[in-house]
Amino acid sequence: MQSNPQEVAAHASVQAETRKQGRLLHVSVCGLWRMGDSLPAEAHFVLQCLTDARVRELSLNADDLHHWDTSLLVFLVRVIRTARKRGLTVSLNLPEGLTRLLSLALSAPAGADVVRRQTDETFLSTLGGRALALLPDIADFFYFLGEIVASFQRLILGQSHMRLQDLMAIVYECGVRALPIISLTSLLFGLILAFVGWVQLTQFGAQVYVAGLVGIGMLRIMGAMMVGVVMSGRVGAAYAALTGTMRVNEEVDALSAAGIYPVDFLVLPRVLALTAMTPLLTLYADIMGIAGGYLVGVTMMGLNPYEYLNATVQMTPFRHVLVGLVYGTFFGVIIALSGCFHGMRCGRSAGAVGLAVTTAVVHALVGIILATAVITVVCTVLGV
Amino acid sequence: MLQQECEVRICARDLQVGFDGRVLMRHVSFDVRAGEIFCIMGVSGSGKSSLLRVLMGLKAPQAGRIFYGDTDFWGGDQEARRNVMRHAGVLFQGGALWSSMTLAENVGLLLQQYTDMEEQEIREHALLKLALAGLAGFEDYYPSEISGGMRKRAGLARALALDPRILFLDEPSAGLDPVSGRMLDDLILELRETLNTSFVIVSHELQSIFAIADNSVYLDVQSRSVTAVGRPADLARDPETEVNARRFLTRGKV
Repeated sequence: MQSNPQEVAAHASVQAETRKQGRLLHVSVCGLWRMGDSLPAEAHFVLQCLTDARVRELSLNADDLHHWDTSLLVFLVRVIRTARKRGLTVSLNLPEGLTRLLSLALSAPAGADVVRRQTDETFLSTLGGRALALLPDIADFFYFLGEIVASFQRLILGQSHMRLQDLMAIVYECGVRALPIISLTSLLFGLILAFVGWVQLTQFGAQVYVAGLVGIGMLRIMGAMMVGVVMSGRVGAAYAALTGTMRVNEEVDALSAAGIYPVDFLVLPRVLALTAMTPLLTLYADIMGIAGGYLVGVTMMGLNPYEYLNATVQMTPFRHVLVGLVYGTFFGVIIALSGCFHGMRCGRSAGAVGLAVTTAVVHALVGIILATAVITVVCTVLGV
Repeated sequence: MLQQECEVRICARDLQVGFDGRVLMRHVSFDVRAGEIFCIMGVSGSGKSSLLRVLMGLKAPQAGRIFYGDTDFWGGDQEARRNVMRHAGVLFQGGALWSSMTLAENVGLLLQQYTDMEEQEIREHALLKLALAGLAGFEDYYPSEISGGMRKRAGLARALALDPRILFLDEPSAGLDPVSGRMLDDLILELRETLNTSFVIVSHELQSIFAIADNSVYLDVQSRSVTAVGRPADLARDPETEVNARRFLTRGKV
């Protein structure tokens, strides 16, 4: 803004003197107050004077005040607050506009109780808080599972709000559109398995067993695993972000208010689609993985193409395919649940959406590993 | 305070705004002076918000020029526009608060970025701006924890953070209760009076327009041009005013 051409003081300044045997503190502000300039040295002196026990009155004045902005206001508010805290009598002889802004700034809070208490953030309290929150969180997850079961029941009874067009769009999105990336990763993984096997097996002259290694490895677990990892990053994160953003924008509330179960509308189609598509993608990944192994076996190891295919069929019993499908189905359920659960329980800020997405992906991956461990142990015990 | 009434802060000449190939408004020219409250009026879809976005540097005009003081706003580069906008504050229609920061942090962010103030000083400034907007005591709340009207006022507090010379307000009183709306008008007048701030306001709220606006343009959707210029309260009374503009200002009574 403009400044006075005949500037007397280029900087903010404050003059303070005590009168009436130290009872009255006379403060006058003058000069040029600009935001970002440091407070004049006398300002601290004024605040110090206010703590003097002899001072009972404060008088605020403005002399030669050229230009000011809210930095002056901040200073005055601080002075007046300090004075009032000590119960001093305050008299204002300031320009009219300044007085009005001051009274606005000093107006009491809408309610004394609105001031938020700062939360205690020590290590122990955080740890305790986490521990206490764990049980309700788990209970909440089971409640969420229950909601999905109830929603599934409504679907069977034909009372669901789920739309077929949504389901088909989600199936297309998580199934068909995932094919390119699944092709790439599984093919490469088949290649890797074949290379790893090749190094060991040539020492015994048993190269042809590479076919069995790749076949069993891909069919039994690695096909499902590749799909699980790719889908938790690709789809689980997307579900959490989508439902989370819908919560921030009150779109989920709009569904509830319209009498539509959000779980029917948002969660159930995603859980169904992913549960159906992950096993199918697993089968596809198996085939791509075996194709990768075949490429290495035939072009680099010099195996006969028919010999390789024959060895694959001979060495991999069909039950491995079924075991792989079991893994895949569980992974699909875990990814969908993790994504939707964290999305639906998302807080109402942009940061909360980011957190929901991260947690969804991490929980999906950890869940996949845990499920793999459990299923593997069960399969071993059953001798499958 | 010094008041140099003659100083022109924004000077728009022959602006043409629109989307892609579509033209919303042609030949828009006006001046906004220091300490003036300037209102952009028009029915929905007439290009008010687009014009505001052009003035704020978020969207290039299809033709015409804008001068902020001596700076050719769209003739220069992005850096020049950022420098101009540092001295302007914006209140967006929905408040557009940063949802993962508290109100004090929302206001303080600009101070942190553009001044050398200490943490404590920034907080004091932020609290003052929130108090001016009537939100004393709510500084540690998150935007999702307060009501829509309060979010709007917090948005205003954020717009005021750097004591801007020009404030752009997009529908400031929409969604406010009558008392808060009146409080906002009073605050606008107070800031104009004391800090000599200029305001560019897009608004439908006739009561508030009549109460505070010094000057205005009416954007006519049919002719895609400015059909009325002047103080809204005078325009409403003047029988010479173009008929659509009068209908707007009298809520269709003409």
